[in-house]
Amino acid sequence: MAVSSDTVKTIESATGGDYKYGFVTDIDMDFAPRGLNEDIVRFISAKKDEPDWLLEWRLKSYRRWLTMTEPRWARVRYATIDYQDSYYYAAPKPKELLNSLDEVDPELLRTYEKLGIPLGEQKVLAGVAVDAVFDSVSVATTYKEKLAEEGIIFCSFSEAVQTQPELVRKYLGSVVPYSDNFYATLNSAVFSDGSFVYIPKGVRCPMELSTYFRINAENTGQFERTLIIADAGSYVSYLEGCTAPMRDENQLHAAVVELVALDDAQIKYSTVQNWYPGDKDGKGGIFNFVTKRGACRGVNSKISWTQIETGSAITWKYPSCILQGDNSVGEFYSVAVTNNHQQADTGTKMIHIGKNTRSTIITKGISAGKGQNTYRGQVKILPGATGARNYTQCDALLIGDECGGHTIPYIEVRNPTAHVEHEATTSKISDDQLFYCMQRGLSAEDAISMIVNGFCKQVLMELPMEFAVEAQKLLDISLEGSVG
Amino acid sequence: MAKKTPLLEVTDLHVKVEGKNILRGIDLTVKAGEVHAVMGPNGSGKSTLAHVLAGREGYEVTKGGVRFQGNDLLAMAPEERAREGLFLAFQYPVEIPGVSGMNFLKSALNEVRKHRRLPELDAMDFLTLAREKMRLLEIDEKLIQRAVNVGFSGGEKKRNEVFQMAMLEPRLAVLDETDSGLDIDALKIVANGVNSMRSPDRAIILITHYQRLLDYVVPDKVHVLAHGRIAKSGGRKLALELEKKGYGAFGQSDASVAA
Ligand SMILES: Nc1ncnc2c1ncn2[C@@H]1O[C@H](COP(=O)(O)OP(=O)(O)OP(=O)(O)O)[C@@H](O)[C@H]1O
Ligand SMILES: [Mg+2]
Repeated sequence: MAVSSDTVKTIESATGGDYKYGFVTDIDMDFAPRGLNEDIVRFISAKKDEPDWLLEWRLKSYRRWLTMTEPRWARVRYATIDYQDSYYYAAPKPKELLNSLDEVDPELLRTYEKLGIPLGEQKVLAGVAVDAVFDSVSVATTYKEKLAEEGIIFCSFSEAVQTQPELVRKYLGSVVPYSDNFYATLNSAVFSDGSFVYIPKGVRCPMELSTYFRINAENTGQFERTLIIADAGSYVSYLEGCTAPMRDENQLHAAVVELVALDDAQIKYSTVQNWYPGDKDGKGGIFNFVTKRGACRGVNSKISWTQIETGSAITWKYPSCILQGDNSVGEFYSVAVTNNHQQADTGTKMIHIGKNTRSTIITKGISAGKGQNTYRGQVKILPGATGARNYTQCDALLIGDECGGHTIPYIEVRNPTAHVEHEATTSKISDDQLFYCMQRGLSAEDAISMIVNGFCKQVLMELPMEFAVEAQKLLDISLEGSVG
Repeated sequence: MAKKTPLLEVTDLHVKVEGKNILRGIDLTVKAGEVHAVMGPNGSGKSTLAHVLAGREGYEVTKGGVRFQGNDLLAMAPEERAREGLFLAFQYPVEIPGVSGMNFLKSALNEVRKHRRLPELDAMDFLTLAREKMRLLEIDEKLIQRAVNVGFSGGEKKRNEVFQMAMLEPRLAVLDETDSGLDIDALKIVANGVNSMRSPDRAIILITHYQRLLDYVVPDKVHVLAHGRIAKSGGRKLALELEKKGYGAFGQSDASVAA
């Protein structure tokens, strides 16, 4: 994801429909030996100098994972993954201990600059604090001191393990249990780094917090772990972005994100996912198998997910809300694009537990080429959720004749006072529409972009301003070449 | 542009649709400053001609050609034709959900202006221009703020087409039954809009079934399209004649079209 107007220019100046972030950074790396076993888990934990309880938690997860099988219920197809053929830890070799951003390896700074994420002290993005994660480790976090003045903790997960052990121990796995599902359990065993956020009581985070994930090394899985805690009455808007080099092999990305909102707290979590999608023939690309879940634990709390999913060969993710606190609110806004051979099976779960809990689901699936796009969503109203309400709207847009859009809702209502609404539409960009636009002087590409942006407007509006324009450009790029 | 080159020159144009011969040798020359009316029975090929000129897919030109401002029109992509100044007011304007009329037209106008090496209009200048044209066509601004043609009444769609034409200032405008479905007052407004577009360096082709429009927009020439050919051309009087006598004299029937 990219944040500055520089990136916009980079994107504009590039030609053709190729992935713009496909370059590789040549840098000295530290790897764990290839494959996965208890020693690797211990290796990762030791690298990070973790306390015993965390190592035990990892080992427990690993042992559990050995008993599990890959889920195959999603509407996606891929060859079996050989989990022993991958590296589970890859980190740029640190030159020395870093005291400030200016000591970050210049090669890394250049990489992020190329991606539109300047990290150097003079150049940081105004109003956005960035944590940059490169393969398995966080390499830099900007604006840390400024945030600390407000008592906000924004740092890499590894750092939080050292500096905030109580918070980490209290909340890690409290929303996504270590045994939750195949990929989350794998992540719990081998997670490398990610971001940690704590917003103290009553504090409104004064800037966007953002993490930029970059996969660089070959044959390496990325297993980041993010934990965000919004204490009573606080507010935070957080954004993640991601890219990876172009490679012929598929690379696994199995992240876990846990959000906790206490009384009256609000978390807005936005994702612009642009992992390498594979080439036109479906070769290569990232397998994006991600578990994201938020717990609205406090009364009147609110968690809002917004995702723009344009990348990855396969996307399997269902950012969810557990609405425990009375009057809590869950929202899910999604745009998912599949072009060429991309496949996406994505949606959400809204679990209503508290009284008068409310949820809104707005999804826009766009399929072009041979892309397959499935919305899969669950709305569950438990017996205690008196007065719960849900509104779901799923729209699919098809471009061309070889793609597919599917909607699979699961609705379970166990309280008679609940109110659940579900609407779904499927439409196609017709030749008539394209011709009409072209007759007015627009190119087919501009016409599609205009129609797609109109189709997604409701979701794009939910993104923080700085990122909305960027997201639009990404949509355009992802759909390049979708008309002949 | 040399004064003598006709704006549009259609020569012996033959067109097949789905393997069927629809246009069978159209000859038509339109000079800058002229207004031509094309009339003819249902299914005679009027919209087909308009679509072929605009570059719609699915039409196979089997013989003949078209020159527009001296260039080979058929070699140009549809959007190039539009940018070069060819405008088609659709018989059935298309709905584009999610795209506001303002946004749509601003992008279109700026594409055309870029092509003409004019500076792009910013939001304010665009709005000023749009308001002027809206006044001319008595269009409510709210209509243009809505998604393009979505939920418009038949008459509103037609008026919107003329509004777009007024904004894009084409060299050649082809209006395909823009008068159909308009009430008397709307017809006058639209005719007024079309008349305001008449200029020495612009030409207009009016496809219509009704002589009534021609009372307001007086054509220089009237053509009868039948059997996929221009069966007769004449002056203003030909339209009045047709109104009285119908197309019987041109022997049009479904069987003859299919042949
Ligand atoms: N896509 C198509 N497939 C098959 N036949 C077609 C197609 N498009 C046009 N035609 C046929 O071509 C003929 C001419 O159609 P066209 O729309 O040009 O007539 P028109 O003169 O505009 O008629 P009207 O006055 O009713 O608008 C008709 O017989 C029509 O059915
Ligand atoms: Mg017609």
